[in-house]
Parts: sequence; C-alpha cells; structure tokens
Amino acid sequence: MKQVLLTVKENIPLTENVYKMTLCGDCSDITASGQFVNIKLDGLFLRRPISVCDRDGDTLTIIYKVVGKGTQAMKELENGAVLDVLTGLGNGYDLEKSGSSPLLIGGGVGVPPMYLLAKKLLEQGKRVSVVLGFNTKSEVFYENEFKALGCDVTVTTVDGSYGVKGFVTNAMDKDYTYFYCCGPEPMLKAVYKISNTSGQFSFEERMGCGFGACMGCSCKTITGYKRICKDGPVLEKEEILWED
Amino acid sequence: MGRLSVNLCGIELDNPVIPASGTFGFGYEFAELYDINCLGTFSFKGTTKDARFGNPTPRIAECPSGMINAVGLQNPGVEKVISTELPKLKKCFNKPVMANVSGFSVDDYAYTCEKLDKEEQVGWLEVNVSCPNVHGGGMSFGTDPSAAAEVTRAVKSVTEKPVIVKLSPNVTDIVAIAKACEEAGADGISLINTMLGMRIDLNKRQPVIKNKMGGFSGSAIFPVAVRMVYQVSHAVKIPVVGMGGVSSAEDVVEMMMAGATAVEIGAQNLVNPYACRDIIDELPSVLDKYRINNINDIIGVVE
Repeated sequence: MKQVLLTVKENIPLTENVYKMTLCGDCSDITASGQFVNIKLDGLFLRRPISVCDRDGDTLTIIYKVVGKGTQAMKELENGAVLDVLTGLGNGYDLEKSGSSPLLIGGGVGVPPMYLLAKKLLEQGKRVSVVLGFNTKSEVFYENEFKALGCDVTVTTVDGSYGVKGFVTNAMDKDYTYFYCCGPEPMLKAVYKISNTSGQFSFEERMGCGFGACMGCSCKTITGYKRICKDGPVLEKEEILWED
Repeated sequence: MGRLSVNLCGIELDNPVIPASGTFGFGYEFAELYDINCLGTFSFKGTTKDARFGNPTPRIAECPSGMINAVGLQNPGVEKVISTELPKLKKCFNKPVMANVSGFSVDDYAYTCEKLDKEEQVGWLEVNVSCPNVHGGGMSFGTDPSAAAEVTRAVKSVTEKPVIVKLSPNVTDIVAIAKACEEAGADGISLINTMLGMRIDLNKRQPVIKNKMGGFSGSAIFPVAVRMVYQVSHAVKIPVVGMGGVSSAEDVVEMMMAGATAVEIGAQNLVNPYACRDIIDELPSVLDKYRINNINDIIGVVE
C-alpha cells in the first residue's frame, strides 16, 4: 500500500451514469489486476474504494457508476484536480492458474477489473474469452476496448436489446480452462453454480479502512475469516462460503 | 524525558498519542507503513475469552464527519492473541502495549485479563465495558455503576498491571460510573467509546448496517468527548485517557486541556493510516504555537 497524490487527467461519461477517470502519478504499488484504490474526497469522511481498470506506467484508469454521494463527488471532479489515494490495495487475481484459455466474466461495474486482467493474460499468450453482462443496450461499455486487445468478446443484455439475451450465464457454454468473475453477488452465485472449472471471484463490501485494520469487511470462508480488503477482494471458488 | 512525555498509571510514554482499539489491529498492518515505535503506545484489537467472528456485514456506514461501525468484537480469542498476535507484534513494537479486553460476564473479563497479565509485552489492561455492538455484551456493564465496579474489582484481583476502564458515552451520568470504577480500584479511566448511531438507506428503506445500529465515531463526536473528559477528569483523581473524534495535534492539546493525561485516536487511522505519526510530528510546533513549554503543563488546565 502506498499513499499518493494523483492528478485527474480525464473524467468522462461512458454511459448515462458510468464514468471513466484517468489519473496520473505514482502508480507503482498497483502490481496486480483485481486490486483497488481508496480515494479521499472532500466533504466525505471515509475513502471510496474503486477497482483498478487499467494501469500503464504512471497512468491509472478507473471506471465507476454514480450511485451515491462519493461517486457523485467523483463525477464532479475536473481535470487537474489532485486526489489523495491509497494505491495497491487487495490481493488481485492470480494469473498462474488460468490455463491456456481462461474465461473472464464481468457484470456491470464488475467489467472494469477484467480489462487489466485480460491485458496481462494476453501478454502471457493466453487465449482470452470475455463475457460482459449488462441490463440493456444503453448501459454497454468497453466492448470495443476488449476487442481491440484481441479478446473473444460476448455481450449479454438482460432485456435482449443487444448481444445475447439474458445473463452472463447464458453465454458461458464454451470451452474454457479456468474463469475469473466480478459483478453483483447474484451473478457471482449464478456463475459459481454453472461453472464447470475452478476459478476466482472478486467481492465487494462496504469498507472502513480498505487496508486490513478495522475488520469492517470480514467474511467467512472455508479457510477461515478473511478481510475482503486485505485477504481479498479475490477469493478462490473452492474457499467461498455463501451466506444465506 | 522530552517535552511530550507523560506518565500514564506509572508507565512513561514518549508522547501522549495512542491509536485506539479496533482501528489499529495488532499493529503490524501499520508497521508496514511506518515505524510504530514512534507512538506513545497503542491499544490492540478488543480481545475476548473465545474467538469471535463478529456481526454480519455491512458493518460500516458513512456519516457527516464520521462513520458508524458494527464490527462486533471480531478477534481470535485470548489464547490465539497470546500465541500468534503478540509474537508478531514483538517484531515491530518494543514498547509496552495496551491490551483491550471485552467480555460477556464478570468471569469472562477476569479470565481474559488473568491470561494477559502474564504477558510481559502488556503494559496496561484497558477494560472495555462499553462496546455498543454486542447484544448483552460489554455495554450492559458500562451503563450501571455497580456492574462497572464489579468488573473492575474482578479484574483488579487477577492482575498487577494498571487497569484502565473504558467507558461508554451512552449513559445518563458518566461521572457516577467513573467514580464507581475509581472506588473499585481502577487505575485510570478511558473515554469515550463510540456513540450509538444509525443510518438508513433511502432506496432500500432499511438500515445501512445489518446490525441496524452501531458505534458512531469520527470528528463529529469530538465536542461530546471533550465535554465528558472534562466532567470525568474533574470528578476523579486517577488519570483519564481522552478519545472520541481526535484528528489533529490541536485536538490532542484540547483534549489534554480538558483533563486527559493521554489521548487515543481512532477513526482517523482508518481514513489516514499515517494520522498518529503525523500528529506526533506536529505536536512540538503546536505546543510552540500555544506557548506550551511542556505538555504536562496543560493537563486539566481548564477549571
């Protein structure tokens, strides 16, 4: 973990309420895809944890959906704004287990962390398939960005207005050696049930500190209690214990 | 002895800054960030007789100038704390640590304190009779003077180490409880624990926190804490450790002017992991600014 000052270079809408922010500064502590950063915002007490979409040298890209006061404040930030950010938080995805043709499954704002993961897997010469799930056509983002990387991309929409009609699980009938998944919890549960290989899931929880001190985001796993922020957010399929 | 050093119940602290229990784990997360030996001491994660997972999530809610937590005393239990956490801490902290203890019965408190009494690393026992997040737990001892006194007596009978009783602000008369603990043999009083609070998610029409209510902390509660530290420190003769919303070196000075001998810092550690180090670094210049020669000169100066 590193506390750094990052400068906003770009903050633009991708859809009606999903924004892409590019930040510039010392990103050296971001070492794995699936990690997150924790951002201090004026007028808010707790920092806001946001997953890393991409990191390229000194440039960090994050994608966020405006849902509350924190993300509203982020949306209003202008180019040149300087943010106090804790970087390099969380364990991130383990690339070692991917096999030759991993499947990446992202739903809604669970899509962004798949981007850096896809990049890293492609660098290793893996054949990467991606399933991106959204509610409707107007909410779709990053399809072309994944295609430009060289992934095999399938988009699903719940209402069928674009791509495959239904949920991400309606587009998983393909051969894959391993999977990585990030999205809302009902989606994670559905993927857990239908997947026929081992894989990793990225979880979300309301956090206090984001670096393992407060026990605000603990969960139970087969291997004991884990802190989503420090021991996660990525957990292996085999260790997950679903609550109710 | 520097101008920042204070004596807390017979043990010298290099400075009065103490990270509060539950915001600093067992120290080693922070030791990765800076040398935690700069601290006066710190109060480690609330420890109980048996291991506890704590409450279901969400456990955290944002508030104006503060936060609510309902962690519920997650900890590995006193045996594991002694066998696993303390040896890890020893590698990065060479000062006496404050052991924070909670319980669900008088015997629980005594059991846990007796175990920790044998640990050389432990300087003080901070006995939490004020956790708002556990049903039927610590706080029921902290809301009644005679029950708080009973816990104090039980703990005092099993330890030679100084006993600091940590009080809840969620009471009608905190002075009566502090006096009862003093009469029962407490060596010090720490206050305030979090204030009982609640937030509601307007979309879901449900509490943000799964446990419904939780402990409200952060700078929003600072004035309440100063008031209670002032009231208690002027009513008892034993040292008072002040806490509640402290987030700057000036807040430390204010808390000490109200009557605190040392000051704990909680929620601020979660927002700024370097908060305590920064405050210690700032203290000398803040003392200069207010023409304070030695920090002991201001303890309880407000009459």
